[in-house]
Amino acid sequence: MEPLLNISSFDDKLSFEFRGEFNLYTISSYEKQVLNVDFKFVKKVEVNLYKSKLFDTAAALFIEDLKKKMTSKGIKVDILCSNKDTLGTLKLVQNQNPHLLPIPKIEKQSFVYSVGKSAYSNYLGFISFMAFMGKLFATKMIYLKKLKNIRYKEIAFEINESAVRALGIVALTSFLIGLVVAYQSAFQLKIYGANIFIVDMLGISIFRELAPLITAIVIAGRSGSAFAAQIGAMKITQELDAMKTMGFDPYVFLVLPRIIALMIAMPILIFVSDMMGIIGGMVVSNISLHISVNMFLDRFGEVVAAKHFFVGIVKGPFFAFLIASIGIYRGMMVKDDTQSIGFNTTKSVVESIFAVIVCDAVFSIAFTNLGI
Amino acid sequence: MMNPFIEVDGVKTIFGERVVHDGLNLTINEGEIYGLLGPSGCGKTTLLREMVMLQEFSGGIIKVLGHDLNTIKHNEAQKLRQEWGVLFQAGALFSSLTLAQNIELPLKEYTNLSKKMIDEIVAFKINLVGLKSSDAILYPSQISGGMKKKAGLARALAMDPKLVFLDEPTSGLDPISARDFDDLILNLRELLGLTIIMVSHDLQSIYDTLDRVAIIDEKKIAYEGTLDNISSVKSKFIQTFFGDKFE
Ligand SMILES: Nc1ncnc2c1ncn2[C@@H]1O[C@H](COP(=O)(O)OP(=O)(O)OP(=O)(O)O)[C@@H](O)[C@H]1O
Ligand SMILES: [Mg+2]
Repeated sequence: MEPLLNISSFDDKLSFEFRGEFNLYTISSYEKQVLNVDFKFVKKVEVNLYKSKLFDTAAALFIEDLKKKMTSKGIKVDILCSNKDTLGTLKLVQNQNPHLLPIPKIEKQSFVYSVGKSAYSNYLGFISFMAFMGKLFATKMIYLKKLKNIRYKEIAFEINESAVRALGIVALTSFLIGLVVAYQSAFQLKIYGANIFIVDMLGISIFRELAPLITAIVIAGRSGSAFAAQIGAMKITQELDAMKTMGFDPYVFLVLPRIIALMIAMPILIFVSDMMGIIGGMVVSNISLHISVNMFLDRFGEVVAAKHFFVGIVKGPFFAFLIASIGIYRGMMVKDDTQSIGFNTTKSVVESIFAVIVCDAVFSIAFTNLGI
Repeated sequence: MMNPFIEVDGVKTIFGERVVHDGLNLTINEGEIYGLLGPSGCGKTTLLREMVMLQEFSGGIIKVLGHDLNTIKHNEAQKLRQEWGVLFQAGALFSSLTLAQNIELPLKEYTNLSKKMIDEIVAFKINLVGLKSSDAILYPSQISGGMKKKAGLARALAMDPKLVFLDEPTSGLDPISARDFDDLILNLRELLGLTIIMVSHDLQSIYDTLDRVAIIDEKKIAYEGTLDNISSVKSKFIQTFFGDKFE
């Protein structure tokens, strides 16, 4: 049956007769009709529900609202109804209604407020990162005092996980970068007939800057994000809590082994990256500049000093420390919801790449000033 | 011979603006099975977390086995952690380890038992909580919710602790497993002399296992004592929760 509302009036009495379905789906059409009614001279309202069907709580709320509105205008309301279910529903809503508080609105914040808030939360983030670092060093000191405390097994596992398995991708990336850099510069050098200088250029740029950076970026994307996600997930499943109650300090079991493993592995990866980059350059030199492998290596030994190699390798542990600690810190920052795993994993990669580049800049300045 | 294992004195907990506990006092004695009850969100889990040093509280004193948690030193805290076992609501088993590895972890770390001995202990604990030895090689993701609870209990019992904390051990179990779990807990108390603190909503399990309870309501302890006298207390939660049992 179609929803139907009969409105009739005698003197100061108004009668609403709701016929047909009265529920979620039909309320809006009733509402429109009721809104159009002029209540000016009305003293009494009768709500007739005898013929309504499929009455639900939404309808009861509608009636209750109507009643409230009428009462506030000084109009008396009578509800006529015989159906037990309908009466029950009305009763339920009536009992619940006085306790109902409106759901508080989340206030819209002004621009200044939100800028201030995000600045403050960044500040707090920095402080908590410092706290993390402090705790890290404190635990390191306590536990590395005795050799037997070092968790060799975990460290070995992490070295395998984040270094040995990354060898392939690091090697391939570096080889390609070597190719590309050599190819681009070969073209320029040919113009000046300075073909042989490609050896100097490749040696220095790859050893000092490219290899450490490429390795760091690959590892940040690979291991940094893995650390953040692993530790974040452990936090959500309360595995970290469980460890703490058993007296296993997560810093000792999870944090230090990962950091130490990466610090050991990074120089090795940079070494591989050095080799592969140079090989890539050698291939291009051979093909487009006709520099034979022997010639390349002779020149290499003459012009590329060992210090360039060591400068690159030395950066490794520093980069590794930054990547691992930022990844783990981000994992620890995960709150109790899955969304924050994604958020923090993303952050860990972005922040650790940024930190690596800043660190690299600092090294550049320092080495230049030291004349290395 | 009433020997207080845990004393909670005037504990306050405040999250930001929201006061969860406003001065809780309770005492848990040796050998008791003690229940923390109360409506959802009253802060039972929070109190439990405070007792096991996972969460700091804003005021008051908690003493566990005589150690004041506010002033406890790192080394004492480490020792204390070996004297209790905790069963988390969802088990919190280490997901990268098998059940057997989960249980043997504290044994390997804290003792220098031989491999053979450890294996025997693990098998014993697994059978004690009602799991089969063949389950030991499964990973947490391969077992059911009830089995996770049992495995969590086995891990909590690995070091033969004096104190065991259980957060809703029977929630989410079918009634038969839940009753089995109750029997298990009673048995363990009998056999091992454990002191057990548990949070529970399961009336049957509350009546079957608990010696004494504390009811947290409206940020305070509404009642502490045995279940026999509980009907005399005027609290809306107690009236509704235990209501039909009085009649
Ligand atoms: N980290 C937190 N930050 C803010 N509020 C919190 C936090 N943890 C708990 N609370 C609040 O503290 C109160 C108590 O929470 P708790 O988890 O202890 O409840 P509970 O008694 O265990 O409830 P349930 O029986 O449903 O498990 C809740 O109101 C909750 O909102
Ligand atoms: Mg809880």
